[in-house]
Amino acid sequence: MGIVSETRLPGIGVRYEFVTEAGARVGIVHHRSGMRELVLFERDDPDTSHDLVRLSAEETRTLAELLGVSQVAKDLAELEQDVEGLAVDRLPLSGASPFDGRTIGDTGARTRTGVSIVAVLRAGSAHPAPGPDFGLRGGDVLVVVGTPRGIEELAILLRSD
Amino acid sequence: MQNSLFLIELGGVVLLLAILARLALRFGFSPIPLYLLGGLAFGQGGVIPLVTADEFIEAGAEIGLILLLFSLGLEYSASELVGSLRSTAVIGGLDLLLNFTPGFVGGLMLGWDVVPSVFLGGITYISSSGVIARTLDDLGWMGNRETPLVLAILVIEDLAMAAFLPLGTVLLVGGGTWRVAVSVGVATAVVVLVLAVAARYGRAISRAVFSRSDEALLFGILAVLLLTAGATEALNVSAAVGAFLAGIAFSGPAADRARSLLVPLRSVFAGAFFLFFGFEVDPGTLPRALPSAAALAVVGAATKYATGWLAARRAGLRRRGRIRAGVGLIARGEFSIVIAGIAVASGAEPEIGPIAAAYVLLLAVCGPLLARVADRLAAAPAGPV
Repeated sequence: MGIVSETRLPGIGVRYEFVTEAGARVGIVHHRSGMRELVLFERDDPDTSHDLVRLSAEETRTLAELLGVSQVAKDLAELEQDVEGLAVDRLPLSGASPFDGRTIGDTGARTRTGVSIVAVLRAGSAHPAPGPDFGLRGGDVLVVVGTPRGIEELAILLRSD
Repeated sequence: MQNSLFLIELGGVVLLLAILARLALRFGFSPIPLYLLGGLAFGQGGVIPLVTADEFIEAGAEIGLILLLFSLGLEYSASELVGSLRSTAVIGGLDLLLNFTPGFVGGLMLGWDVVPSVFLGGITYISSSGVIARTLDDLGWMGNRETPLVLAILVIEDLAMAAFLPLGTVLLVGGGTWRVAVSVGVATAVVVLVLAVAARYGRAISRAVFSRSDEALLFGILAVLLLTAGATEALNVSAAVGAFLAGIAFSGPAADRARSLLVPLRSVFAGAFFLFFGFEVDPGTLPRALPSAAALAVVGAATKYATGWLAARRAGLRRRGRIRAGVGLIARGEFSIVIAGIAVASGAEPEIGPIAAAYVLLLAVCGPLLARVADRLAAAPAGPV
């Protein structure tokens, strides 16, 4: 992708433009009002547009989310497949677990199984990169990275001490 | 009794503005020409001349002029203006040369003095930021490559107007060479002083005036605005320029809030301003002014087209971009009326009012129409344009 050029439009907002690897020219106007315009230009004439989409502030958020989030999900899926011997998994922590109310350090996950807890999902929000003194609660979901075998061991460890 | 008549007249005028604004919205063009027509119909020598509300509307028109220029100034900061002056100086000079000359020469050909001819040059020169920004938006041209160029030219024109108004005002006051020289010196000093204060203390002023309460903020801004406008007017520099400079001084959150708070107020008073300009022009004088105005409009459209086209070619744009930059700039509107208003108020040349009114009526309506048609023609594979 080429560089994104940025031009101020006095009284209106800002205009951005870039050309994709495949040669498509894309223009975006940020209006002060929050409205966005997406313009697609003809490949052979940068001064002829063949499509214009006007997006409200809300529609812009939706579009950005669709473009952005699906990218993250795809990256994660690729990571799971691409790196041989490395697995990413989610382990739920039940209320009956001995670690309910104790810290990540207490589990000894890394020393015992070689698995890293990279995030804790709680009540719909994520706590990325939790430290060893992060307190766990029943109902948490742990996002872990390690060998498939290590993850299995950690799952067993979390169920019984 | 007198009071009720005043309210009824004023109500009638506002009703007229309401109807005209609706009509303009319905047909998708600028309301400015309609306000002018409304003013022509109800002012001096019109169908039903006003009796009691005249003075009130005159005061409203004055405030409208100030708010119009103030909100223009709010769009820019001092550094942006200097930046665009550097980057667009060549095109700005070309624009001035190509579009000032027709009006100036036209005025001389009509047998006018030099000073009113200079004003006519200003009237033919300046494009309408309001009408053009709206046309670009309506036609979906905001994302196009020529749009930054078109808007940059409009910025330069606004700056040129800020220089033109005080100089023009000085010329109108006249007097001997010595007096004019002193007045020009004073005007330049005032503009430079206010600009320097704006650049240096703009942030501090903005912070001091800013308030979480919209009411307190609005009064604060209006106070700064009216005092600056009044002070510059007292020094013979024209209140409009003071207002423009005051607008430049505001920045940051104060400017953002001010914009949204002032837009409705500006629309109301600017409506009064255009209407009042129409009031001052006797419709009986229009037919005589029409041939000159039409000739100026044809030349003015051609020279603006050439300006935009050349600017776009210089920037490396292709055929359709050049055509759009050219037609996009044709519309004239509010600022031509601002310049004409000052000339009319001074009584320098009786014909300048009707010619300016007819010129703006023609180009404010034809500019956006031409833009629509020309791009459609250019889109055809072997278009004739």
